[in-house]
Amino acid sequence: MKVNVKVNGQNKVFNIEPGDYLLDTLRKENYLSVKKGCDNSSCGVCTVLFDGKPIKSCSLLTAKIEGHEVITVEGIQKEADKLSDYFGAEGADQCGYCTPGMALSVYALKEENSNPSDEEIKEYLTGNLCRCTGYQSQHIAIRNYLEDK
Amino acid sequence: MKVVKHALPSVDGKGLMMGRPAYTDDLADPNSLIVKVLRSPHAYAKIVKIDTSKAEALEGVEIVLTYKDFDRRPHTRAGQGFPEPSPYDKFVLDQWVRYIGDETACVAAVDEKTAEAALKLIEIEWDILEPILDFETALDNEILIHPEPEIFENFPIGFDPKRNLAAAYSMEVGNVEDSLKECDVVLEAQFYTQAQAHAAMEPHTVNARMDYQNRLVLYTSTQAPFHIRRIVSQSLDFPMSRIRVIKPRVGGGFGGKQHIHGELLVSTVTIKTGKPAKMVYTRKEVFESSFQRHPMRLDIKLGAMKDGTLKAINCHILSDTGAYGEHALTVFMVAGAKVLPLYNKVDSVKFYGDVVYTNHTSAGAYRGYGAIQGNFAIESAIDMLCEKLGADPIEFREKNMMLKDETSPIFAIMGEGTEGTAMNMESCELGYCVSRGQELLKWKEKYPRVELADSKVRGVGMAIAMQGSGIPYIDMASATVKLNDDGFYNLLVGATDIGQGSDTVLAQIAAEALETTLDKIIVYSSDSDLTPFDTGAYASSTTYVSGNAVFKAAMDMKRAIVKEGALALGVKFEDIEYDGVVLKAGDKEITLKALSNRLYYSEDQKQLMITNSYFGTKSPPPFMAGFAEVEIDTETGEIKIVEYVSVVDCGTPINLSLAKGQVEGGIVQGIGMAVYEEVLYTKKGKSINNNFLNYHIPTRKEINKLTTEFAESYEESGPFGAKSVGEIGIDTPPAAIANAVYNAVGVRIQTLPITPEKILAGILANKAKK
Repeated sequence: MKVNVKVNGQNKVFNIEPGDYLLDTLRKENYLSVKKGCDNSSCGVCTVLFDGKPIKSCSLLTAKIEGHEVITVEGIQKEADKLSDYFGAEGADQCGYCTPGMALSVYALKEENSNPSDEEIKEYLTGNLCRCTGYQSQHIAIRNYLEDK
Repeated sequence: MKVVKHALPSVDGKGLMMGRPAYTDDLADPNSLIVKVLRSPHAYAKIVKIDTSKAEALEGVEIVLTYKDFDRRPHTRAGQGFPEPSPYDKFVLDQWVRYIGDETACVAAVDEKTAEAALKLIEIEWDILEPILDFETALDNEILIHPEPEIFENFPIGFDPKRNLAAAYSMEVGNVEDSLKECDVVLEAQFYTQAQAHAAMEPHTVNARMDYQNRLVLYTSTQAPFHIRRIVSQSLDFPMSRIRVIKPRVGGGFGGKQHIHGELLVSTVTIKTGKPAKMVYTRKEVFESSFQRHPMRLDIKLGAMKDGTLKAINCHILSDTGAYGEHALTVFMVAGAKVLPLYNKVDSVKFYGDVVYTNHTSAGAYRGYGAIQGNFAIESAIDMLCEKLGADPIEFREKNMMLKDETSPIFAIMGEGTEGTAMNMESCELGYCVSRGQELLKWKEKYPRVELADSKVRGVGMAIAMQGSGIPYIDMASATVKLNDDGFYNLLVGATDIGQGSDTVLAQIAAEALETTLDKIIVYSSDSDLTPFDTGAYASSTTYVSGNAVFKAAMDMKRAIVKEGALALGVKFEDIEYDGVVLKAGDKEITLKALSNRLYYSEDQKQLMITNSYFGTKSPPPFMAGFAEVEIDTETGEIKIVEYVSVVDCGTPINLSLAKGQVEGGIVQGIGMAVYEEVLYTKKGKSINNNFLNYHIPTRKEINKLTTEFAESYEESGPFGAKSVGEIGIDTPPAAIANAVYNAVGVRIQTLPITPEKILAGILANKAKK
């Protein structure tokens, strides 16, 4: 079947099987920033923005995105570039596998709430797991980015 | 120092966050066959009959592999140096399966759906065997997990499969029994540690292709690319000269990726079909069918005098290696070798025990590598002993622990699978770590407990720890520095960046030695064709062992540049002054940039490219003191880690923020082991919590405050004074948190993890006693 969708501002037509998941479709279409981690929406490395909201692409059927807009890190390069400077300053990136998904969640948080509290940041990003950093350096980097320090 | 001991951003973090293709699966051939493995549904069984004809007939299936397709070549998947101290007890595919999730057969097909459908068409007649699922019953059980005749040990490791024994060891300094008799106080305690999953965010993945020279090229998410090349060649009888292993970016390892995973099956598919192939583990496979931390039972006896002198330590360990013996001996030995020397003033110390096979997922290398298990037992027991003695646990440690310029006889006796190496502690700031940690946590105001409103109590606890820096006389690393025209360098290293930041740290060492800036060092790592040898990223070796190789190669390059500068300026070598940018001799001068361009384009042309290597003759331990403040709800047993303070002596931290990241990442993984994580099985040996919804790794909501500092310390034998820092962070949380819980509510948890249920049961039992 064919699915019409806007990805990173461009209109696309994806040729898919009905049971395909968005993560697999995006990777097949060369959006390689979207990572596979857990298969059941529990780790966050496959995060993309679906009509502006962060969702886990491993658990969304591609057929359901007909007529919607999807954003991957390839579509927010300027923001990811800027956020990565804050991550770099804190040594908060380590293996980097979770960071594209994290960048999208942080971007969406900023759009929704430009002045979140520490607890709101943690709550919003809970679904983006990281096994490397222990989180505190990431938290400082994200707060500094949001405060644009 | 201009580059070293600064908090510089990693060389790769930006590109990775921006989503540039870099990881193994990003680099797979888009036409790859999809390789899927049929996993055993039984904890222990023999294949009586296997019929793959229906699977093979399915359209889109390229090949189906069973044990019949492989010679019986025993090997180990441990990913260690050769010859390995792990038993050769694994076959690529076998007629026997030894745990639920073990490899039974394998399919390669045009897409995932076809491969999955083909797996369901494989028909197997099983002889289901009685498994051993309780490791305390494994030794000398009448059920034998490895009855096959072909398996062997490379050298004596205590391997005795007829007793279900993968490895065994014992050593004694002095006479513990005699010492204990003389002691005023003796403490005996038993501890259990659980299986922990590595849970790196990137699942295990590998892809293979035959290149235009008909060589097998593997991209694999590994910590040990050179060992992978060797083991693929060994176990498949395929010439090593026809294998290239490339390690792209790796999404976290923690020891899990030191092992062989899909490499042997994917290579076989590509060799047999000539087609590119790939395997990406599902998260369920990562949990059930990779590796985990060795569960252990630790029996400790400590003897001390009334004046607070520790006299004797007796440590017996039973370790569960699961279905196969990867790292069986060495993890078990490290539980002693990297814990017991902390208390180096004892009269006698004994360490002994067995590592047994069971029908569970294999245990293997995991950050901490035994030291976290040993640390939990010893550092809990020290607090228990102090209570018996009426001694202050910090003063007791300060009186009995390792200090600078001291040694322990254990260093010479216990290595990793072999004899050890005697060494003095040229750098050891453990005393500072202990005193600074108290200040940072405000220990004196908080010890032992502070009662809050609403049935909440806060308690503090601490533990000290040590690790190592590589495996002396075994681990070798090498580095090549290449000067380019325009005066910048390539640094080629076998060392394996798995996310810990070694590409950055090694480039910093090169930049400091060459007196240049980080952007002038272009790092390329871990490609068996293009980079020089390195044993890999394990045993906390990279900064120390690989870093020393980089330092040596860079210093050689600097001398070579000066030599060429002297030639260009027509002066003597010793007359040249060089600051990394300009070579000067009296009034003559030439910039490195001009000299490089001269070397490559105009006069005395030659390539400057220098390789040097390093192997350690000792393994200087990093040390740390960890301090936990916990809050317990006495009505529910709920535990919150309020703050964790770490003060670490890792010599010179080459990159301040990356070193801090290693410590904090280790602390939180250790907190996971202490309070949240445990691999659980049904009574039939099936994993219960094989996903992130049921296996709870810490999320950012559980992490409140981490305070991390480094002691001023300088290790003469390390590059710019550095020791390792990759593992030390994980060691202290189980004991420090257990001690804090005891200090808060008087409940001593001796079986990890420290769950609210166990705490509450302890609180209720204490109330009942009153």
